[in-house]
Amino acid sequence: MNEVQPQTSATIRTRSTFWRRFTRHRMAVLGAVILTLLAAACFGATLVAPYPRDQQDLLLGPVAPSAEHWLGTDELGRDYLTEILYAGQVSMLLAISVALIATSIGVLIGAVAGYRGGWIDDLFMRVTDLFLVVPAIALLALALQGLGHSPLAIIIVLSLIGWTYIARVVRGQVLSLREREFIDAARVIGATDRQVLVRHVLPNLGGVIAVNVALAVAGTIIIESTLSFLGFGIQPPESSWGNMLSQASGLIGTPKVYLLYFPGLFILVTVLAVNFVGDGLRDALDPRSTASSASSRGYS
Amino acid sequence: MSALLEVRDLVKEYPVRRGLLRREIGSVKAVNGVSLTLERGRTLGLVGETGCGKSTVGRCLVRLVEPTSGAVYLDGENLTEMSGRDLRAARRRIQLVFQDPYASLDPRQSVGAIIAEPLHLHHLERGNEQARIANLLDLVGLSQSVRDQYPHELSGGQRQRVGIARALALEPEVIVLDEPVSALDVSIQAGVLNLLEELQQRLDLAYLFISHDLSVVRHVSHEVAVMYLGRIVERVDADRLYSSPKHPYTKAMLSAVPVPDPRIERSRQRIVLEGDLPSPLDLPGGCAFRSRCWKQTDRCAIGPSLIDEQGHAVACHHPELE
Repeated sequence: MNEVQPQTSATIRTRSTFWRRFTRHRMAVLGAVILTLLAAACFGATLVAPYPRDQQDLLLGPVAPSAEHWLGTDELGRDYLTEILYAGQVSMLLAISVALIATSIGVLIGAVAGYRGGWIDDLFMRVTDLFLVVPAIALLALALQGLGHSPLAIIIVLSLIGWTYIARVVRGQVLSLREREFIDAARVIGATDRQVLVRHVLPNLGGVIAVNVALAVAGTIIIESTLSFLGFGIQPPESSWGNMLSQASGLIGTPKVYLLYFPGLFILVTVLAVNFVGDGLRDALDPRSTASSASSRGYS
Repeated sequence: MSALLEVRDLVKEYPVRRGLLRREIGSVKAVNGVSLTLERGRTLGLVGETGCGKSTVGRCLVRLVEPTSGAVYLDGENLTEMSGRDLRAARRRIQLVFQDPYASLDPRQSVGAIIAEPLHLHHLERGNEQARIANLLDLVGLSQSVRDQYPHELSGGQRQRVGIARALALEPEVIVLDEPVSALDVSIQAGVLNLLEELQQRLDLAYLFISHDLSVVRHVSHEVAVMYLGRIVERVDADRLYSSPKHPYTKAMLSAVPVPDPRIERSRQRIVLEGDLPSPLDLPGGCAFRSRCWKQTDRCAIGPSLIDEQGHAVACHHPELE
């Protein structure tokens, strides 16, 4: 009818508003920066670490933090910072994999159960209950006894146990989303079940999913420490923040107790940063959080 | 068989379950044998009070609700028997505009994405999707700048225009308007109603206009059907319905519409209906209105059917005289 001005495609704008909303969240930006630096340091440890991996200096022995060894050394004279960075590779990889896999399983099961309802819902939710009632630690210990203690085994086992919570949350959300009128509207214009799920249900779960991934990353790091402490986690000589923590726990009450604090500090900072990023993502994924005063713009 | 849309004996029952075992103890007949016809370029108003089943009729037409029995013919093809690919194709021809323009728009989609979605679903982009969106925005009187906005940033009237644009994207022949203006401010209603009339003339659309607002229905409809508890009790062209209603229920309803002139308003005779709606679980046999009707006699226990006399159909044993 009138002139048709070439517009930037809607997706590009969506992405830029997403970025704007995310950067408004200062703690989220800070969290993202910290996480990026930590990840870069850990995965680039071969370049960044002050000493080669596992380089022992038996004559030196354990020393307190100093200019040469920022975080000190352990009994075998290995640089503790170097060790923490390499251990971080395992911990981060593990946490991110478990968080993504467990969330994907949970979202899939929860969304299908909530959307389909009926016997599928009953079946899926009873299975979820089953996972929830069995004590996770006992199950983990048992499973890892059988599968061994490799990082891969731990990822598989933690993922298979971790999906239940998000499945329940997503099911509840989908149950309420399903009754919303825009879902009916999508059916009227001809969307199939799958298209409704992908185009309307999942995008509206974005915030819940983002928060859950963040929680799961944090939770996994902590569970992995617990497992290591109990002797079911990553085993030496392979190291993770969790098992460094558990190894250093014997030092409580000695002057070398700082060896306990450092891995703990790395865990704490990572968990906090991930949670802030999760919060920021949740807000950024919700168009309503912009709340710009546009109620009467563009009426012709 | 010439009508564009023909509805025959539409029935929708909802099972009622009680108790621990969810045993079926009966059913509610939300729609109880409704028949309608609608011609191209015409508007049929469907009025009735809340819960009379008028929205259920609309939802059955677009198959959001599966009718228990009855048939919906679009150009002679039975929509109720379609599935899969045929149904998808038929959906292009009959669309629905929802009552609540906020609830019926996905809060996570921009206006452009909402209007483009039907095009994507039916693979109608034809390479000039942007031009098509611009065209649709223009058609419903929205400026191009709303394209990148989200539903919560728009006013009620703008949202409803987006809903209309989405329905128009598939170039339908019939649009079911389910209380399209009742969620809007009165000042906005007129604008949307005028838009609908303009679109009808331009695109030769047929409307099923569902509303409980008699004055709005009078304004837009060529013909009006009055529903009471799942049945059509009176059907006639709009002018005759308002000047000489035959069914006591219609008469009572019309008498309740306020008149803007205070002098007439004061002298106006109002018919106040006694009693409540009977429970839809336990409908009285015969005329459903007889429990509240001042004219009811023993005859009313045996159902009056909708009888058409010179284009004025009424289901009553004691109709008002013209």
